[in-house]
Amino acid sequence: MADEQAPRPQVGLFVTCLVDFFRPGIGFASVELLEQAGCQVTVPEAQSCCGQPAYNSGDLADTAGLARQVIENFAAFDYVVAPSGSCAGQIKKYPDLFETGSAWRRRAEDLAGRTYEILSFLDEVMQIEPPRSDFSGRVTYHDSCSGLRQLGIKDQPRRLLSGSPALELNELSESETCCGFGGTFCVKYPDISTRMVNDKTDDILATGAETVLGGDLGCLMNIAGRLKRRGAPVKVRHAVEVLAGHTSEPAIGDEEEAG
Amino acid sequence: MAVAEADFRARARKALSDEDLQSALAKAKGGFVDKRANAILDLPEFEALRERGRQIKDHTLAHLDTYLEQFEGNVTRQGGQVHYALDAESARETILGICRDAAAKQVIKAKTMAGEEVGLNEALEAEFETVESDLGEYIIQLAKEPPSHIIAPAVHKTRAQITELFDHHHHQKSGGPLRETPDLVDEARGVLREKFLGADIGISGANFLVAETGTITLVTNEGNADLSTSLPRVHIAIAGVEKLVPSMREVSSMLRLLARSATGQQITAYTTFITGARRPEDLDGPEELHVVLIDNGRTRMLGDEFREMLRCIRCGACMNHCPVYSAIGGHAYGWVYPGPMGAVLTPMFRGLDSSQDLPNACTLNGRCQSVCPVKIRLPYLIRRLRDQSFEQQITGPFARWAIRTWGWLARRPALYQQLTGLMRPALRLFGRGSARRVPLAGAWTAGRDFPLPSGKGTFQQQWREKRGEKRT
Ligand code: SF4
Repeated sequence: MADEQAPRPQVGLFVTCLVDFFRPGIGFASVELLEQAGCQVTVPEAQSCCGQPAYNSGDLADTAGLARQVIENFAAFDYVVAPSGSCAGQIKKYPDLFETGSAWRRRAEDLAGRTYEILSFLDEVMQIEPPRSDFSGRVTYHDSCSGLRQLGIKDQPRRLLSGSPALELNELSESETCCGFGGTFCVKYPDISTRMVNDKTDDILATGAETVLGGDLGCLMNIAGRLKRRGAPVKVRHAVEVLAGHTSEPAIGDEEEAG
Repeated sequence: MAVAEADFRARARKALSDEDLQSALAKAKGGFVDKRANAILDLPEFEALRERGRQIKDHTLAHLDTYLEQFEGNVTRQGGQVHYALDAESARETILGICRDAAAKQVIKAKTMAGEEVGLNEALEAEFETVESDLGEYIIQLAKEPPSHIIAPAVHKTRAQITELFDHHHHQKSGGPLRETPDLVDEARGVLREKFLGADIGISGANFLVAETGTITLVTNEGNADLSTSLPRVHIAIAGVEKLVPSMREVSSMLRLLARSATGQQITAYTTFITGARRPEDLDGPEELHVVLIDNGRTRMLGDEFREMLRCIRCGACMNHCPVYSAIGGHAYGWVYPGPMGAVLTPMFRGLDSSQDLPNACTLNGRCQSVCPVKIRLPYLIRRLRDQSFEQQITGPFARWAIRTWGWLARRPALYQQLTGLMRPALRLFGRGSARRVPLAGAWTAGRDFPLPSGKGTFQQQWREKRGEKRT
C-alpha cells in the first residue's frame, strides 16, 4: 500500500474502446483497484481508442493522429493505466510513429515510459498485496500475446489472484498460444480465427475450469463467443472483475438479470 | 510445381477442411515445439547464443561484399568455381548449362530451398532424369507437389498417403495395407541407392558458406547430402548470398542454433564440410565443384529496412510455432516459403500485390520472433508490409475507406462517444447477453456468438453520471 504521507500518484485511466463500449464494468473495477492502491484516478473525457486497428492495417497517418490526441490528453498524469496489455503496448509503440529527435517523438517516449497495463501496474509499481476476495471455483488464465511477449505479463496476474484462497488455478496446456483474435484478423480471416479459438476453447475445457480469466477484452470476447457457440457453460471474465470482487455482474456474453 | 500465390483465402479454407492434412499437421506440431523446448532447457546460454547469432549475421551482411570476394577466391583456389545469378532465370540457366557441359543424363538432388525458390526442379526434369534424395523431397516429387515446410517438405502427408504413393510408384499397385515407417524408409533407401550410383550431377543447397576457407556446410539427418555431393562427377551447390559467414568459428555457433531451433537436436546426424573439388590425393569427391550464388532480390533487401530478414537461417522454428501455419499448413501460403518467414519473403521476392494476404493473415502474436534463432522481428516486418500495402493502395478501397472513416471518427472523441452511446442500446436489441447473429458482423458470428454490450451505458456515460452525483 502507498505511504499515507506521500502524495497520491496521479493516474489517468485509458479506458480502451472495447471496455468503454462493451464492458464498462472492467473500467469501474479498474478504478476501484487503483483507488484502493492509493492512486488518484482521473478519466479524461477526450479519449476513444489507442489506434491499433489503424496501426495494424497500415494506416500510419490516422494512427499518428490518434497518438497525438492520447499524448495531449494524458500529459498531466504520473501514470497512464489501461485494462489491456495490447492497448498499453500500443501506446508504448507511439514513439516509432514520429521522427527521431522531433518534439512529438520526445513526448511519445515520455508517455510510453509512464504507461502500464493495470495488472502489472498494481503488482509491480504499486506493489499491492494480493487483494483478498471470497471468489471460489476452478479457473484458468489466458495470457494475451501482447501482454505476454511485449510487456512480460505472466506472473503478475497470478500473484494478484493468489489472494483468493478459494480460487483454484488450472493452467492451460498451451498457455502461450494465440487465441485467434488478432484485432481485425478475426473478421478478415474468420475461418482461420475460428479454428484457432476452437483449439483454445478445447484447451480451456480440458482444464475443467468453470471460469476463464484474462487481461484483454478482445481475446476474452473471442473466447466467450466461441464457448457460447459451442454451448459450453464456462464463464469468461477480466481478471480485475475478480480482484475487485465484481463477480455478481454477469460474465462476458452472459444474460443480464431482467429489469 | 509452384502453386499460384493469389487466392490465399480459398486455399486456407480448403486446408481447414482437409482431414488428412489436419491430422498430419496436428502430429507434426507438438513434436517440433516440444523437442525445441527440451533442447533449449538443456542449454542455459541459449539466449546469449541467439544474440550471438544475430550479431554474426548482421556483421556478415554489413560486409557482404568483402566476404563474398574472399569466399570466391578460396573456392577458386581450391579448384571450384563460383557463379553469380541475379535472378531465378539466370540461376536455372547457369545450372542447366553446367549439366549440359558435363553431358549429364542423371541428376541427384539433396534438399535446397534456394533451388525451390528459383524453380530448379521443373527446369531440370524437362531435360534430365532428376531424383530427389531427401526422403521428404522424394515423397513430394512422387506426389508432384511443392514442399509445405522448409525443413520437413512432406510434413503435410500422412503415412497412409505415403504408403499409397510408394505402392503406386514402386509396385504399380494400390489399396494395399498401411505400412510401417521403417518399411517405407527402407524401401526409399533401396530405390535411391541405385540413383546415387548412376548420377552424373549432384545438386545440393548450403546451410553456411565459410568465407575464410571457401567451405560449404551442409546439415542433414539422412546422410543423403553426402552421397549426393561426393558420388557424382559434378557437384553444384546453390545458395542465397546471405548464407555467408566469416569463418569456421561462426559456423559452430550457427550450427548449435540451427539444430536446436529446427529439430530440437543438439546437432544433426550429419554435418558435412565441403572444401574445394577433388584433389589428386583424394579417394573420392567430385571432379568439378560449382557454387551458384543467387541474388534474386537479396541485395535490394540489403539496402532497405527488410535487411534483417536476410539473417534467416531457414530453421523453420517460426512456422512450427505459428498458430496460423499449424491451422492451414504450408501450401496455403502459395509459394515455397510458408509461415511467418514466408509472409515476409514471398512479398519481397514475388511482389506484394500478388501476396498481400500473407502479411495480413497474421495475428501479430509475436511467438515467431520469440523463437527465431537470429531474432528477426518478424511481426514488425509483417506489419511494415501492411504499411506498404496501405500506402501503395494494394489494400482494397473498401478496407481503406473503412479504416480511414473509423480513424477520422476516433480522433473526434465527443462525436465518437455520442455515436457509440447511440449504438449500444441498438445493439442490445439483438439478444440477451450475446447474439447468434448481428447485422454486418457475419464474419464474427460465422463461428462465434457475439457478446453484446453489458451495463447501463458506455463507461464514459456512466462515469459522467457518477461524477455528477459526487459533485451535487
Ligand atoms: S525467420 Fe527465424 S525462425 Fe523463421 S526460419 Fe528464419 S531463422 Fe528460422
